[in-house]
Amino acid sequence: MTKNGQKEVASFKVKAGLAQMLKGGVIMDVVTAEHAKIAEEAGAVAVMALERVPADIRADGGVARMSDPGLIQSIMDVVSIPVMAKVRIGHFVEAQILESIGVDYIDESEVLTPADEAHHINKHDFKIPFVCGCRNLGEALRRIGEGAAMIRTKGEAGTGDVVEAVRHARSVLGEIRRLQNMPDEELMAFAKDIQAPYELVKETKELGRLPVVNFAAGGLATPADAALMMQLGVDGVFVGSGIFKSGDPAKRAAAIVKATTHYQDAAILAEVSKNLGEPMVGRQIADIPDSEKLAGRGW
Amino acid sequence: MKIGVLALQGDFAEHLAVLRRLGVDAAEIRLPAQLDEIDGLIIPGGESTTIGKLAVAYDLMDPLRAFGKEKPIWGTCAGAIFLSKDAQRDQPLLGLMDITVQRNAFGRQVDSFEVGLEIPALARVSEDNPPFYAVFIRAPLIESVDAPDAEVLASLEDGTIVAAQQGNLLATSFHPELNPDDRFHQYFLTLVDSAG
Repeated sequence: MTKNGQKEVASFKVKAGLAQMLKGGVIMDVVTAEHAKIAEEAGAVAVMALERVPADIRADGGVARMSDPGLIQSIMDVVSIPVMAKVRIGHFVEAQILESIGVDYIDESEVLTPADEAHHINKHDFKIPFVCGCRNLGEALRRIGEGAAMIRTKGEAGTGDVVEAVRHARSVLGEIRRLQNMPDEELMAFAKDIQAPYELVKETKELGRLPVVNFAAGGLATPADAALMMQLGVDGVFVGSGIFKSGDPAKRAAAIVKATTHYQDAAILAEVSKNLGEPMVGRQIADIPDSEKLAGRGW
Repeated sequence: MKIGVLALQGDFAEHLAVLRRLGVDAAEIRLPAQLDEIDGLIIPGGESTTIGKLAVAYDLMDPLRAFGKEKPIWGTCAGAIFLSKDAQRDQPLLGLMDITVQRNAFGRQVDSFEVGLEIPALARVSEDNPPFYAVFIRAPLIESVDAPDAEVLASLEDGTIVAAQQGNLLATSFHPELNPDDRFHQYFLTLVDSAG
């Protein structure tokens, strides 16, 4: 609580609050300022500034790192919506660099090659809010415990196959439903079992949802995919390779924005799904060896 | 009395939760016909460009303007921008309120803040009227209030206008829906009450 007239910056409320403003919206991966303008024009609530979209990172192989800060700044210069950028898991210096150029949100992301195989960044140390990926409730609450102000289910980035996004959303939301029916004396054992901080388990039970905003990510490629994730119960969606690897990015981007708002209206979903051109060429999860899956990164 | 919350994008669920806590019948509004069922409308925080584009795409602009000429509307943050006549940028606006706003006026996310505000108007719903704890997120400021019937409700210590009212229309550059303090919602409900 602040005294009258005295401003308090970078509180957790303010960090988590920006994610609340993104709810019901679409966050789009962009690799150039021109892409960013297309995304904003299509109605994106934020853009994720990157050198390569996940489909290309996957195809190119090698080590994937934080993007050139100059590129990120060139994107910040041309749009009025928030700009996010990715750092490697555990790479707190990349995060310090992004904070110094003033991005609005940092994604500590499994899409990049991890810099630390045991520890994530202590996100409480930063004024900039963080979003982190998760596959289940325990992972989500560990990240929130470290200071994440927003969560996204991981899915499997760069595939165009929504199955992993569904699996992870069902896992998180299903565990929350189970938690809600659990008597309080079982919470400690449950917290131990899912390796999550007890206080956050308790808070999640009381709220009946994660204590921060929860988006879906990883493999969404169509308006129907976005609406599916919204109907499952997430707060909004990230679309990465699905837009700018498709035949008509501007049209597809606008359609996914509309589908995310009108996710319960099948007639509107049908209308916006018409004549979108070629979707991104996908890669079935079943054909990807475990060693190439990104979602397993994160501890 | 039934209150609608424009649910195109943003933190509409947070507004609905406050209204339900106050025991008010509330509904999500996404299409023009749904406006017929409500007595007052809240436009939530979010991205004003996204909300504007979706309002244009689903033919909500004129129905919202007609609604605002008869019934109370309150816009928080993005909602305040959307209500304004002038946002000094090319984006869809309702133009219902004679205010000029400046988007992202305090800077980027790193400059978002919380502060206690004196808001004399809230005395209508709160006898002792303690400071209102306000959350500003990539917030706009109200650069000027441009009509004799439009008044300033709250300012920061440096004089920056952050809340204004013009008849049945209310604009706040901060987010009362992110607080447990529901006095601003109660204040809006008094406008709906007297309009009805």
